Amino acid sequence: MSFLDMDDALITLAERVDLVYSPLVDAKTFPQDVDIALVEGAVSSEEDLRKIRVVREHSKLLVSLGDCAVTANVPSMRNPFGVSAVCDRAYRENVNLDPGIPDQVVPKLLDRVRPIHEVVPVDVFVPGCPPSASVIHYVLTELIEGRRPELSTRTRFGA
Amino acid sequence: MSPVSNIKTLKIDGKDFSARQDETILDVARQNKIFIPTLCDLRGLSTVGACRLCLVEIKGTNKLLPACVTRVEEAMEVTTTSERLDRYRKSILELLFTERNHICSVCVSNGHCELQSLAQRLQITHVHFPYRYPKAQVDGSHPRFVIDQNRCILCTRCVRVCEEIEGAHTWDVMGRGIDANVITDLNQPWGSSETCTGCGKCVHVCPTGALFEKGRSVAEMLKRRGFLPYLTLMREERD
Repeated sequence: MSFLDMDDALITLAERVDLVYSPLVDAKTFPQDVDIALVEGAVSSEEDLRKIRVVREHSKLLVSLGDCAVTANVPSMRNPFGVSAVCDRAYRENVNLDPGIPDQVVPKLLDRVRPIHEVVPVDVFVPGCPPSASVIHYVLTELIEGRRPELSTRTRFGA
Repeated sequence: MSPVSNIKTLKIDGKDFSARQDETILDVARQNKIFIPTLCDLRGLSTVGACRLCLVEIKGTNKLLPACVTRVEEAMEVTTTSERLDRYRKSILELLFTERNHICSVCVSNGHCELQSLAQRLQITHVHFPYRYPKAQVDGSHPRFVIDQNRCILCTRCVRVCEEIEGAHTWDVMGRGIDANVITDLNQPWGSSETCTGCGKCVHVCPTGALFEKGRSVAEMLKRRGFLPYLTLMREERD
């Protein structure tokens, strides 16, 4: 949403990039040789882990976008309790109809939710919850120009 | 008879300064607007050198010394910023983030937190160490205040203000190393404490969202510290 908040800046940005993969693009597999990959969210499930490894392998620059990606943030709040306690709470204790932990369709949760850089190397970190549209725009324009964004004065954890 | 001089002259970052002999390096730096990061230090309370963020280099010793408890000496040469100091300070701050569960985005002190703003000032955009995610307690048994151990950095400001300014000594530290915690009375629920006067000084000196007033939501807890220099000054005048 914060990305879309760039509003009209998206139009000029669109002229400078080819959007090859996103939840908004009709591509099922992550393409080869991507220049810049923006990844949001923490690594929570086996599916997340599989996907982030593919993204890393096929991307020149991996950007950890937002506090969930950078620190694991709110998703990590399940970590102190352990995955079985959390699943019991979600799928048994609070469920009336057919309680039980799913073993298909829903990806298996990892023992701990982790920030992306604990799993694969990350090139650029953009903290913020969420990073503002202007920060995201700044990051993208800098990266497109081949520069590394200087972010500590522009955003922070929880911003 | 010439009186023994109690003025010392020293160099900080190559510049000459003079200071009273009972002053610390941090005192002199602050008077002269030289930034040295601190978290446990708070003017008006005793100094404990707990957070180690104010470490500085001093010529002639390879050891880094905490500026808050190191007194000035004649001809001392102090360096407050260097690549080495920056590395240590960042590591200390990052370790503080990993030690408990500091979820800034949902914290009562988001935007008003000393840990958070210092991390930004030291240009920390991510933490290099693995997070520990300990199971930490939240005690809301007091009618007006809450202690959330998830956000505590063990600076002991609450312990010191309670003993030194309020005179109640409700707070103390229990356990050692990674198991250390601040506790009320004999590690009992805060609401059942017999010594707590409910003054709230601990809440307002706390640098993070570990101590807060009930009813505050995300980013709503502003700390007011004006009472501390005022009380200290009034007591000094009375002595």
